[in-house]
Amino acid sequence: MALLQHGALQPNSWRFVGDDAAISADEPVTVSLKRWQAEGEILRGRNALIGVRLKNDEQALALGEDVHRLALIEIEFPKFTDGRAFSQARILRDKLGYKGELRAIGTILRDQYLYMTRCGVDSVELPDGKPIDGYLAALKEFSAWYQPASDGRPTVMELRHPANANARRGGAPLVTASVAAHSA
Amino acid sequence: MATAPQMVTANRLSDGAVVYFTSAKSWSENFTDGAVWTDKESADTALHASEEAVKARLVIGPYLFEVAVTDAGPKPTSARERIRADHKPTFEPDQGSWTGPIAG
Amino acid sequence: MYRYDEFDATIVQERVEQFRGQVARRLAGELTEDQFRPLRLKNGLYLQLHAYMLRIAVPYGLLSSKQMRKLGYIARRYDRGFGHFTTRQNIQFNWPQLGDIPDILQHLAEVEMHAIQTSGNCIRNVTSDQFAGAAADEIEDPRIWAEIVRQWSTFHPEFSYLPRKFKIAVTGAPDDRAAVRVHDIGIRIVKNEAGEVGFEVWVGGGLGRTPVIGVVCRKFLPKEHLLSYLEAILRTYNLLGRRDNIYKARIKILVQATGGDKFAAMVEEEWEKIKDGPLHLPQAEIDRIHRYFAPPAYETLADIDPAFESAKLENPDFARWARTNLVKHKVPGYAIVNVSLKPEGGAPGDASADQMDLLADLADEFSLNELRVTHHQNIVYPNVRKRDLFALWQRLKAAKLATSNLGFISDIIACPGLDYCNLANARSISVAQRLSRHFSDPRKLDEIGELRLNISGCINACGHHHVGHIGILGVDKQGQEFYQVTLGGSSKDDAALGKIVGAAFSEDDIVPAIDTIIETYLANRADHGERFLDYYRRVGMDPFKEALYGPATARRPAAE
Repeated sequence: MALLQHGALQPNSWRFVGDDAAISADEPVTVSLKRWQAEGEILRGRNALIGVRLKNDEQALALGEDVHRLALIEIEFPKFTDGRAFSQARILRDKLGYKGELRAIGTILRDQYLYMTRCGVDSVELPDGKPIDGYLAALKEFSAWYQPASDGRPTVMELRHPANANARRGGAPLVTASVAAHSA
Repeated sequence: MATAPQMVTANRLSDGAVVYFTSAKSWSENFTDGAVWTDKESADTALHASEEAVKARLVIGPYLFEVAVTDAGPKPTSARERIRADHKPTFEPDQGSWTGPIAG
Repeated sequence: MYRYDEFDATIVQERVEQFRGQVARRLAGELTEDQFRPLRLKNGLYLQLHAYMLRIAVPYGLLSSKQMRKLGYIARRYDRGFGHFTTRQNIQFNWPQLGDIPDILQHLAEVEMHAIQTSGNCIRNVTSDQFAGAAADEIEDPRIWAEIVRQWSTFHPEFSYLPRKFKIAVTGAPDDRAAVRVHDIGIRIVKNEAGEVGFEVWVGGGLGRTPVIGVVCRKFLPKEHLLSYLEAILRTYNLLGRRDNIYKARIKILVQATGGDKFAAMVEEEWEKIKDGPLHLPQAEIDRIHRYFAPPAYETLADIDPAFESAKLENPDFARWARTNLVKHKVPGYAIVNVSLKPEGGAPGDASADQMDLLADLADEFSLNELRVTHHQNIVYPNVRKRDLFALWQRLKAAKLATSNLGFISDIIACPGLDYCNLANARSISVAQRLSRHFSDPRKLDEIGELRLNISGCINACGHHHVGHIGILGVDKQGQEFYQVTLGGSSKDDAALGKIVGAAFSEDDIVPAIDTIIETYLANRADHGERFLDYYRRVGMDPFKEALYGPATARRPAAE
């Protein structure tokens, strides 16, 4: 699978490992939530990056403080009509303050890509050979946003009332630099 | 295997108009041009063949529907398909498409 | 009314360009129909029986004369010369071509209109009270909040792929004219004991296959928390709503399965985490939107207008229309005018392009450039001076727009039904036409009194038959059209769902059946003051069953 991140196709060094499969000492791997909860300490003890692949019916909140120990969280869009992972993304970014890479996997239409980045997604997995110019063009289709999301883009309300905007920003955590850079 | 007689219909992609699959593998707006299939295999084959027009972006959503073969030719058996075959609603609106002069 | 600023205009314009690109990609084969369908639905484009159908949003039912004129232009240029006003205050065109849709959307954008999110599994048009801002019984204008919710819900990145559609309604008066109790979220403006104005939030109401009255999720919500609270509800629904079965995917199913109290507690827990974040509404924005809905410059007039009074004395038809179609305005000397789109034999809610032009002109001349679309598929002029009423009536009458039947049995609410709709089991317009002809005599209408009759062509209930005093539901029996009758529904504060009276009626029998129901009521009601709904609530189903199907002992079990 190809990886779209920072406006270009990137090499994907990560591998998802099933619950019963062996994990080597030195490759970056993602595991299921269940495996993370059972073996988190051991996996962190390796000299390699660790991540979690969330199923879209699992509770993102279940990761809790652990999000700060993860370099990658993968969220899933099994069918493009199933939008649960948009909420998982926002919970990870806004509620848990996750600052690592957030990756969308599954079926991802270019017409959803912008919404995913607004919800805090950094990277998306695409089928090999899929052209990315449509995805990149999709990010430019809108230049104004009514509602706050998890991407740090200023909202229409903030632009209409700048004085209020500065006061409010103190509260909510802004997202990682990687998201802000890639959505510019 | 014999089944009730069936025909393949779809909607045209460009304007949503009702069209029927003919034995020449073309599409006609006229119900009377639609090919009638009297057994399951040929009906399924016809439905499969109609997928070409989907790929060619001519039609959307082809499906099979039941017709009755009468002395006056085939007729749709359901109210829905009878209305589709007419290409318009069943009523003449007294006021819906009124375009007369507005007095005083 | 609200006017777009540069941001609103940019967003709508960018959407037009985006959809233009999506249509081009569809026609070029880069998108399959399965991929294109959710995209076109989110721009209001359905595939129906004979053609595409475009549903255009009329936010909370409010239209300027300029916008109405543009709708007439679109009807004429891109359609077959008419449009259909719906039970959610929108307008539908039945014959547009796919390639023309981007141009139609461009025309709409020029008058601050769009077809955004009028279909699809997203938050739909926010509806409200058609008399908002003018009604005498209003606590506060609900349109301010409907506009705030509209903006928040437009292209919400998290809530654009919900389990199913999501409908929100706002009402500002104790008399609920927006049917909030049968919406996914219903917002009632209320005053608490301290006299502060805030919201009572209802959740999980809905009609369709499993009709249900909603539950109160929060008794009092301070205004500044409206958006954060809605976000909490939507997030809970997005995560937990069922995705395995489209007939069980609405929030009403989730609320019923979870239990109202538990659901409210879950929402509260989510809300606690986000209520002081960026969704907290700044007073500056509330004030900004408020200003757009400031009352127009009403003249100071006496409440009794001699010209109006003498016109009624001289013209009995006008007097009747004044009695049936006018509503008390909060400002002396003014009236709220209901324009009936239910003429005898007409298709309920339809208006021709010429009629739309006329309605626009009359709005300019008599109603401060403003019109409303109602849930009952009629039009409202909210601000007409009493002294202008006779002149207005004469112009309406010449265009078949002055039927004196507001709230009577011939003021039928009907979905497009099998004449247009892919989902329908039976035709609804033809039944409506026959009923309106049968009940055309004004004296008969007066005799029957207030009666809400709703017709839906299928169980999706777009005609809201569940909340009709009499409801008619089209059902399919072996490919033929049959009609099931329900009695006793109501969409107002006494919200109730109608009950099925018995076996369904054929196309030939449905009008006589309704006639029998009406005659049963007329013959047995306590007096003229006892409305049909009250009579039904007093006596129940039995007198009607007996009249329709014969005595209980001789009756076969109802085969629905």
